[in-house]
Amino acid sequence: MTDSLPAAPPAPPFRPGMLIYDRRYRSLTFQVIVFILVMSLAWWLIGNTVENLSRLGKDIDFGFLFNRAGYDIPQQLIPYDSDDTHLRAAVVGLLNTLLVSALGCIAATLLGITAGVLRLSRNWLFARLMTIYVETFRNIPLLLWILIIYAVFTEITPAPRAYQGEDGRQLILGLVAPTNRYTAIPAIVAEHSPGVLELGRIHIPWLAIMFIGLLVAAVVIRSAINSRARRIQGRTGRRPVTWWINLALFAVPPVVLWQVFGLHLELPALAGFNFKGGISVDNSLVVLWLALTLYTGAFIAEIVRAGILAVSRGQTEAAYSLGLGPRQTMNLVILPQALRVIVPPLISQYLNLTKNSSLAIAVGYMDLRGTLGGTTVNQTGRELEGILLMMLVYLAISLIISGVMNLYNRRVTLKER
Amino acid sequence: MSEIHAETVPFVRDTMLPPQPPPPGGQGAVGWLRQNLFSGWVNSLLTVLGLIIIWLLVSHFWPWFAHAVWRADSLKECREIIAATWGPDATGACFAVIRERWHQYLFGFYPRAEYWRPILTMGLLFIALAPVLFSVSAAIRLRVLVGGGLLTLALMYVAGVGLPAMGFTLALFALALFLARSAPRGLLWFTLLYPFAGVWLLWGGTLWLPLMVLAGAGVGLVIARLLATRLPALAPLIGVAATVLFLAFLAAPLAQAAARALPLWLPAVESREFGGFLLAVVIGVSGIAMSLPLGIVLALARRSEMFLIRIFAVVFIEFIRGVPLITLLFVASMLLNYFLPPGTNFDIILRVIIMVTIFAAAYMAEVIRGGLAALPRGQYEASDSLGLTYWQAQRLIVLPQALKISIPGIVGTFIGMFKDTTLVGLIGLYEPLKGISDFVRADFAWKGIYWEPFVFVGAIFFSICFAMSRYSMYLERRLSREHR
Repeated sequence: MTDSLPAAPPAPPFRPGMLIYDRRYRSLTFQVIVFILVMSLAWWLIGNTVENLSRLGKDIDFGFLFNRAGYDIPQQLIPYDSDDTHLRAAVVGLLNTLLVSALGCIAATLLGITAGVLRLSRNWLFARLMTIYVETFRNIPLLLWILIIYAVFTEITPAPRAYQGEDGRQLILGLVAPTNRYTAIPAIVAEHSPGVLELGRIHIPWLAIMFIGLLVAAVVIRSAINSRARRIQGRTGRRPVTWWINLALFAVPPVVLWQVFGLHLELPALAGFNFKGGISVDNSLVVLWLALTLYTGAFIAEIVRAGILAVSRGQTEAAYSLGLGPRQTMNLVILPQALRVIVPPLISQYLNLTKNSSLAIAVGYMDLRGTLGGTTVNQTGRELEGILLMMLVYLAISLIISGVMNLYNRRVTLKER
Repeated sequence: MSEIHAETVPFVRDTMLPPQPPPPGGQGAVGWLRQNLFSGWVNSLLTVLGLIIIWLLVSHFWPWFAHAVWRADSLKECREIIAATWGPDATGACFAVIRERWHQYLFGFYPRAEYWRPILTMGLLFIALAPVLFSVSAAIRLRVLVGGGLLTLALMYVAGVGLPAMGFTLALFALALFLARSAPRGLLWFTLLYPFAGVWLLWGGTLWLPLMVLAGAGVGLVIARLLATRLPALAPLIGVAATVLFLAFLAAPLAQAAARALPLWLPAVESREFGGFLLAVVIGVSGIAMSLPLGIVLALARRSEMFLIRIFAVVFIEFIRGVPLITLLFVASMLLNYFLPPGTNFDIILRVIIMVTIFAAAYMAEVIRGGLAALPRGQYEASDSLGLTYWQAQRLIVLPQALKISIPGIVGTFIGMFKDTTLVGLIGLYEPLKGISDFVRADFAWKGIYWEPFVFVGAIFFSICFAMSRYSMYLERRLSREHR
């Protein structure tokens, strides 16, 4: 650091002026001054807060988290009712935030890649259409899109009973029925269900656990097989054929599950005034998800386009001159280089999407901000604790996402020697 | 070798063939269509799909626009007019609500008699920005000034501003045009004065308060200048201290005394009367103006070699970037009073501007840090070898290049921030999207109107943000020195 003094030659005698004019001491002086300023600012803020709180007769106490919440949350991933604690409500809200963020990230990535590639396509009409899409969504506030899609769902979609009778509305593709309160989508059900795993009040179907387990196993086995193939290729120069093993790893387990347990889609069907069967998704979730997807998709489209354009044309030409076909060129030459450019801003878009999901307040979706930062704070009057806690949770989510991003970045970064 | 050569010679053509016209399908409109829309079956399929999408959109929305009603007193009347003109099943837009309430969408609840003040402030913004944003080209500067002046006068005419104010505006723009032609550097002085003029025009009250703030800055500057030769390292600090002392103890009494001697004042307008695009632009412009320097300082601090400075910058930036803006706005509206001395209660707009500035500055810092990192090492070494001090090197060599590299990111942050001003509606301010629209819809006559305000507000946001992004492209082209 700057404060480590050189051993030789003998240091000139210290004078106070050196604190400012000597480079070695100056940075130290400066840091000490800044440290004192920042600490006194913090001390001032905390002192003010303590004084203000004592005047209002309040204290800082997180005990309110364990009191009865007393409000309902329409959309919940783990069981919750109004007799539960504020803490559980906050967890429900957090899960809702994560749910809409995850759904939004997946859909926005698909949409963004499609739009970005199409914008570069040779089709003049589609390229223009995608330009219009990107510019429209990027230059108009997200809140406007949320409100517009919300108005579409509350104003234009019919009541569930409009799907009744012979001349009633038809389900979209025979699967999905948007109504003005919820959207009915088909559910996957098993004829011979293996039952559910009960963890307290949380019930997880064994099927889902099995599916996820098999998926994880497939990923692990795939990486093992690929690395073995790479070893053999390195030794003998011939790569064993692995594509059918890889395909089977991911294709066979779902088929087996499907056959063994008799999986099928349960279509929503109108019974009386409401849909029975299938899953009824709250419209606030659908609206938020659609708006976040369309909005973030436009940004991702630009990132994908810039990434592909950033790979210099000479790379394609070099690949062609080596005799690679267009598909191989894309997979082996262009995409790996483009991904290096695409992924960091892509992940920061995921971060943005997660943070933007806090706009749920506009459509009444009970996410973390709606539960912990909204109703809980209003009911208990604990603004300071509630909002600080909420900020810390958001901060933790962001730091985790960006940590993962840094790990990935370190792996794909160009090794320069 | 020679044999082969001798054999190939007879096959060499010694006359040029005359150029042939391209095949009939390869040129003109047909050729263009073939190349761009129907070059293969995938391409043709995409074209058909695109046409279907366009048809769906147009057939849905065109009748709605074509059946727009501009003159009516309520939504009911609108619907009656549409039904009477285009049949009972026709749908149409009821833009009459915009015609009746446009002033609230633009100015919120600003008193109608004072509309000239925000419009003049906007006009002055053009004058203040012209020498900064379009410093490279005199022709474009003139065009911006003329365009801005015409826009200002048109708005004043629409808002029904009296002739004296319009004449004053015209004179101001004429003066600015003259200055821009003869002494563009002189206009920079106006840019420095603009924040004070703008605040005074918008909020009104006595002119002496902003003048005293200006005087405080002047006092600090003069003292720093005077001490610069004797105490070069301490002079800036002493200057800042002098400014603070002047503002804390002398400014208010001096302003009061001056106001008693010569009362220069405008009717005061409360912050809660601000709304609509006036609010969005005030928050946006002041946030942009303040977040850029703050962002630069943060970026430099984050790259500093001093451990403590770097740590503070990292913690600050990561914290602000890690939380949604809406939570910061909640801090501004609910918690800020806890953090300040008891009894402090300052303006909600000011609180929001502070939070928005901090938020944007953290993003700006990351963008600028990217620009700093992208500079070749040689630039830093060159500045060291010239014997420049840290600040000289930053000001003359590093920052100009780093900022140029990061223009797209900076403008992107600006656009994002301007769009984010809509979020202040969620803490109860009257921004155009939700605050004003909800207010309009609360009126019985316009209950149930949705799309028309969205279209109107969306169009304005779109044109401002689109203009900003085009400006950034212009600047990039203008500043690129690589391919000359």
